[in-house]
Amino acid sequence: MKFTAKINVMPLKALLDPQGKTVTASMKRINLPEIENVRIGKHITLEIDAADQAAAEQKVEDACKKLLANPIMEFYEYSVTKA
Amino acid sequence: MKFGVVIFPGSNCDEDMVYVLRNIMKQEVEKLWHKEHSLKGCDFIVLPGGFSYGDHLRSGAIAQLSPIMQEVKEFAAKGGFVFGVCNGFQILCESQLLPGALLHNTHHQFVCKNVFIKAETDETIITSSLKIGAPIKIPVAHGEGRFYADEKTLAAIENNNQVIFRYCDENGYVTEESNPNGALNNIAGICNEGRNVFGMMPHPERAADAVLGNTDGLAIFKSMLNFVSA
Repeated sequence: MKFTAKINVMPLKALLDPQGKTVTASMKRINLPEIENVRIGKHITLEIDAADQAAAEQKVEDACKKLLANPIMEFYEYSVTKA
Repeated sequence: MKFGVVIFPGSNCDEDMVYVLRNIMKQEVEKLWHKEHSLKGCDFIVLPGGFSYGDHLRSGAIAQLSPIMQEVKEFAAKGGFVFGVCNGFQILCESQLLPGALLHNTHHQFVCKNVFIKAETDETIITSSLKIGAPIKIPVAHGEGRFYADEKTLAAIENNNQVIFRYCDENGYVTEESNPNGALNNIAGICNEGRNVFGMMPHPERAADAVLGNTDGLAIFKSMLNFVSA
């Protein structure tokens, strides 16, 4: 069965995110000073061939742990749906 | 002493490193392509700077999965000497051969300039010939060099004397202005607990030939040889 995963990899909340900081500062320039705390990470989509939902989620978890995110600087969250 | 310089797709400081080791330090050097499964009897492995795999995903993240890195990990586990410069340092952190991580510079710009660093210990093979606290001028060239580790890890690194280099000003003072990337505690280079794996962001191989007008980096290469032949 084919599944699709949508993964967000974000800089840890305790870390300075220089990209997000710069973009936050730029909000004033487009007349949106109410917007604050922009944080920028990565959005990753992928397809998985797995027997069922649980197996697909396990593979996504492995991918995040072993490669897609570095726990020293990032955290991740994902959703897996049938393709 | 036989040095092995690993070449990944996207490495771009490998030739400089080979040149310094072979032509200046007069050592035997083997170039090791990342797909190889053997270190070919090298006694000392160097991971050079560059943009391995285009820095895709994170600097060093893909390179650490290369076949040669599995050999390097085994070699390091047995106490073999491994030295990473710039991207090589990033690869060693991603491989978990060194603690911490290298994040985007605080200002989010690529920084390419001469900086001053000082050795914090002479009890490592890459600083054995350096005078503790004496500033040396070495260039940096990186976008992701902000050394970071969580509080507990950072405390352990400091307490175990694993910080080998710190950014400083030309008089040796550790200041915020002399920190080119926002690294915690001005850390420019560290070693592992076993003191056989080393990483630093500045490029000593770019400051080791008199024709380039700066030979401050030579002391680091001399240290390696002094230590090994001692």
